[in-house]
Amino acid sequence: MKVSRRWLEAFLRRPLDTRDVVERLVMLGAPVDAVTPLHAELGDVVIGLVEEVRPHPNADRLRLCVVDAGGPTSRQVVCGASNVEVGRKYPFAPVGASLPGGIKLERRKIRGESSEGMLCSMRELGLGDEHEGIMTLDTEAAPGSSFLAALGLEDDRFELDVSPMRPDLLGHKGVARELAAAYQTTFRLPEIPGAKIVYPVVPPATGSTGAVGGVTVTIEPGAACARFTGAVIRGVKIGRSPDWLRQRLEAVGQRSLSNVVDATNYVMLELGQPLHAYDVARIAGPALIVRRSAPGERLVTLDNVERGLPEGTTVVADAAGISGIGGVMGGLASEVSEATTDIFLEAAWWHPGPLRQARKALGILTEASQRFERGTDLWGLPDALRRCIDIVLATAGGVLDQELLDLWPEPANPPRIFVRTARVAQVLGVELPVAELERCLLAVGATVVSKPGEGRLAVDAPGWRPDLREEIDLIEEIGRIHGYQSFPDELRPFRAGNQTDAPSEVAATAVRRHLVAEGLYEAILLAVGPEDSPARQVRVLNPISSEHGFLRGSLLPGLIRQTESNWANQVRDIRLFEIGTVFRPGGMDGRPEESTHIGAVISGARSPAHWSDGGATPDCDHWDLKGLFERTVSLANPLASMQVDEGGWIARMPDGRQVGRAAPLRADAPPWAAPLFGLEVEIDPAPRETPRYQRLPAVPAATRDLALLLREGVAVADVEALVRDTAGELLETVRVVDEYRGKGLPEGRRSVALRLVLRGRDRTLRDAEVDEAIKRVLATLGKALDVTVRTA
Amino acid sequence: MIDPTGYPQLDALLPRLAAIGKLDAAALHAERIAVLGRKQGALTFALRALPTFTPEERKRFGAEANRLKEAFEAGFAAREAELAAVTASAGRTALDLSMPGRGRWLGALHPVTRVVDEIVEIFRELGFAVAVGPEAETEWYNFGALNFPADHPALDMHDTLYLEVRQSGGAAVRQGERDEGRVLLRTHTSPVQIRVMQAGPPPYRVVIPGMVYRNDPWDASHAPAFAQIEGLAVDEGISLVDLKATLTHFARRFFAPATKVRFRPSYFPFTEPSGELDVECQICHGSGCPACKQTGWMELLGCGMVHPKVLENCGVDAERYTGWAFGLGPGRSAQQRYGIPDIRLLYGGDMRFLHQVAGQAPA
Repeated sequence: MKVSRRWLEAFLRRPLDTRDVVERLVMLGAPVDAVTPLHAELGDVVIGLVEEVRPHPNADRLRLCVVDAGGPTSRQVVCGASNVEVGRKYPFAPVGASLPGGIKLERRKIRGESSEGMLCSMRELGLGDEHEGIMTLDTEAAPGSSFLAALGLEDDRFELDVSPMRPDLLGHKGVARELAAAYQTTFRLPEIPGAKIVYPVVPPATGSTGAVGGVTVTIEPGAACARFTGAVIRGVKIGRSPDWLRQRLEAVGQRSLSNVVDATNYVMLELGQPLHAYDVARIAGPALIVRRSAPGERLVTLDNVERGLPEGTTVVADAAGISGIGGVMGGLASEVSEATTDIFLEAAWWHPGPLRQARKALGILTEASQRFERGTDLWGLPDALRRCIDIVLATAGGVLDQELLDLWPEPANPPRIFVRTARVAQVLGVELPVAELERCLLAVGATVVSKPGEGRLAVDAPGWRPDLREEIDLIEEIGRIHGYQSFPDELRPFRAGNQTDAPSEVAATAVRRHLVAEGLYEAILLAVGPEDSPARQVRVLNPISSEHGFLRGSLLPGLIRQTESNWANQVRDIRLFEIGTVFRPGGMDGRPEESTHIGAVISGARSPAHWSDGGATPDCDHWDLKGLFERTVSLANPLASMQVDEGGWIARMPDGRQVGRAAPLRADAPPWAAPLFGLEVEIDPAPRETPRYQRLPAVPAATRDLALLLREGVAVADVEALVRDTAGELLETVRVVDEYRGKGLPEGRRSVALRLVLRGRDRTLRDAEVDEAIKRVLATLGKALDVTVRTA
Repeated sequence: MIDPTGYPQLDALLPRLAAIGKLDAAALHAERIAVLGRKQGALTFALRALPTFTPEERKRFGAEANRLKEAFEAGFAAREAELAAVTASAGRTALDLSMPGRGRWLGALHPVTRVVDEIVEIFRELGFAVAVGPEAETEWYNFGALNFPADHPALDMHDTLYLEVRQSGGAAVRQGERDEGRVLLRTHTSPVQIRVMQAGPPPYRVVIPGMVYRNDPWDASHAPAFAQIEGLAVDEGISLVDLKATLTHFARRFFAPATKVRFRPSYFPFTEPSGELDVECQICHGSGCPACKQTGWMELLGCGMVHPKVLENCGVDAERYTGWAFGLGPGRSAQQRYGIPDIRLLYGGDMRFLHQVAGQAPA
């Protein structure tokens, strides 16, 4: 919402300091996003009085003017305009002044005569399109005084960030009310220059059909219109609006169109009530019917677009067809034009919900619909209509049909709300005197009746505050007007909550810290992305783009994309992980199934290059990946076990469900890139078992290295398992320490060295016991897997 | 050097004693064994003559042999120290200790995680626990239970991404407007408030970190998904004063003890009264700069007293219990803290960026 400081000053009858206004509005809950000083570029322009006009000696079309611009001496100006007269005042830009468009005036000679400034046209000042002549001023201001001040153009435009809950702030009156509360002062409507106050008769509102000035109006059942007021003014003269009206509108960025249209816009910007003006001559009937649209009905709206209306849209129609979408936009056919003499003014109340649905379906957002869908003042319609009538009569003339129309099929009073003083104290945490509660509520425009005996106040909410419906709404207003800055901020005693940390978060945190310790960087990527695995991903119905049309079912595709963009940045060493949610179709109550995964990718050097490597730091390989996978699985999903699977590894739960995988990854890699490896593991949210201390060994261990020959096809994992099984409880660890293939071995065999550590429970093992165990192991290995001992 | 002993067996070793000073490290080791070795040493060998002497002679011979042994030991030790000193000084000249040390890869937590961890830490001190909830929610949890009016412009601030729902049989079902069962990506972490309150009785004191989603463009200042953290405190006797005090305390722990804080009114459907907490701009500290749009303030969080209807929607007695809630964007805090201009850097995986904001030197 754009707000003019001068307009607010007209309400409050006092000058306002821009900085202070911004501060006050912020502290009342209406932050100001921006302040624009208006016409600041005209600050150098002054009032110039033309004292003398002579012909230019060397040019027929130019004249020499002597201008009093306030200095000790008058200045000579060469001027091409023909409308300059002696004794009149004009805007004068002296040498050194800047004008809109970045023009800077310099002293110069025009056909031999010096010119010390410029008399300006409206267009040169950026005030309009008029450029035929110099802008003639009708002002008492002294020569040399500020042009902006003399014309009342000096102003600041505030850009207010208005909450959707506060439609009253979409009009200057609402903002003025807030400031009046802040300054603890009063406010009233600005005067309309030249207005003769008329007192039209407003008959008691009733019924759903009636007539005014020969126009009959009907609200049909089912139409989303609660109240409809109207007036007819005959004999208006459509034309240019007076300066005060133009200036107010332009100050808030609203283009001036014509006096009647400007009058309706003015009232909307002042009171927050949009109005619509119809040309009576172009209303067929003349009758207006507020009804729901029938299937297939169409309308050309004011913006000259033909629109098909969704069935059931509330419209205003005449005998010939639809003439406007109620509360959204009028139709071109009944628009006021230069030829218009009789107008019908409409001020109505449209139901926010249906109106919002209609305008969304139509894809239109207008100043009017913006206000109606937030809720306008149902009880303020006659006042808004009268205000508009005053302005039309003052600016376009004409005669008002004395009786207004007010259709209100089901009249109602503003809601009455009871506020308990004890509840106010309970919620706000401080006990405020009843007088302060009353002051705060009166400031927002409520009617208050204190009932001290009952410990409560009876409050009638103002019509312009549809957000005030129950006690808590009023408590909020009390806190707001009393001022949040006035509340204490000392910590009071509290009880701890009943909740404990979510186990899934605890598990994720442990895995996250581990991956960092492994030297990987955490990334947070978008869970909405392209389709990676057709039919297994959840589709977004209204994606921001086709690149974000699906929920991820796995973390690796996103990590691979990030790897590729790192490669595009010439980064070769990549170590990224992410802990995030993945989605699968078909969970509870229609929602997708969600689980938390850890995904990681590694590529490039195993460690930072060091000179001692001679520039040949090895790249990460399968074994780096496998190690990382093993450690990650044991933390993320301790019950899972690993197995080899198609060039990589997978992790399975005891019930066979796969919960993780690790493998070399295919990606769009530049030739210099190292191989890419990735892993992904589901994080089990179940609480982890706490490790238990076991007595540390008190006796030395015996170590034996076995050089074994394995046939092709025999897996070390099987050998290891068998060693564990047969060595018995003496075996502490078994580890692969070497592998050799090639010369000196029997055909089809490789050599694998295992290091076994054996230890007795309470005593040092004798050599013979160890030898016995090793013999048993070798015998079993030979029998079961055809493993033999390598002899040198 | 020692005087001759008068025993030829012993005096024969004297030249070897004199030669110790010329031995290198390996020869020194070998000579020590050759002379003093317990089984084969030359001195040990000489002592074998002992039984052939008379008792008095034995005593004198033994004393002389011992004198010789001590002389050898001293000689070996001196030569050893000499050699060690030479080695050490030789090492000093050969090793250029200004050569770079060996590195290892360091990882780092994401800047958003770091901010979230810090916030959680502060709230733990105040008796809060961590709660989480689903990211795909129903319309009821995301809006209805939180007192969002149906068909109201307040919904426009939550441009929502809706999800296709597949029912048994695999057919895609698109649900209609204003259907509380419609499935969406949560637009805030607030639905977790509802789930926490449904799970058990008050008092509640939880912080809720998580990702949230909006139908926003993917550009320098918007992301379709971003991090949020939310807090909820409900108990008897909790008021706006507790809200203001706790969040002011939080802000000063999160920034600096003397940080200026401003608590101002706002409007949210699920809290009433509602507010926003601003802290002094961390760049200009209040004097006005482009980062704070010359206001001197930065928005930190939105907050308010939990709306009684929200409590009632969760079966909590809103007359007996009151509470407050807040929500903030740790991504924005991270952007401010590290001076990150583009949100796409935050929710991407640029190694250079992650390395830099971790404060690590170039590898």
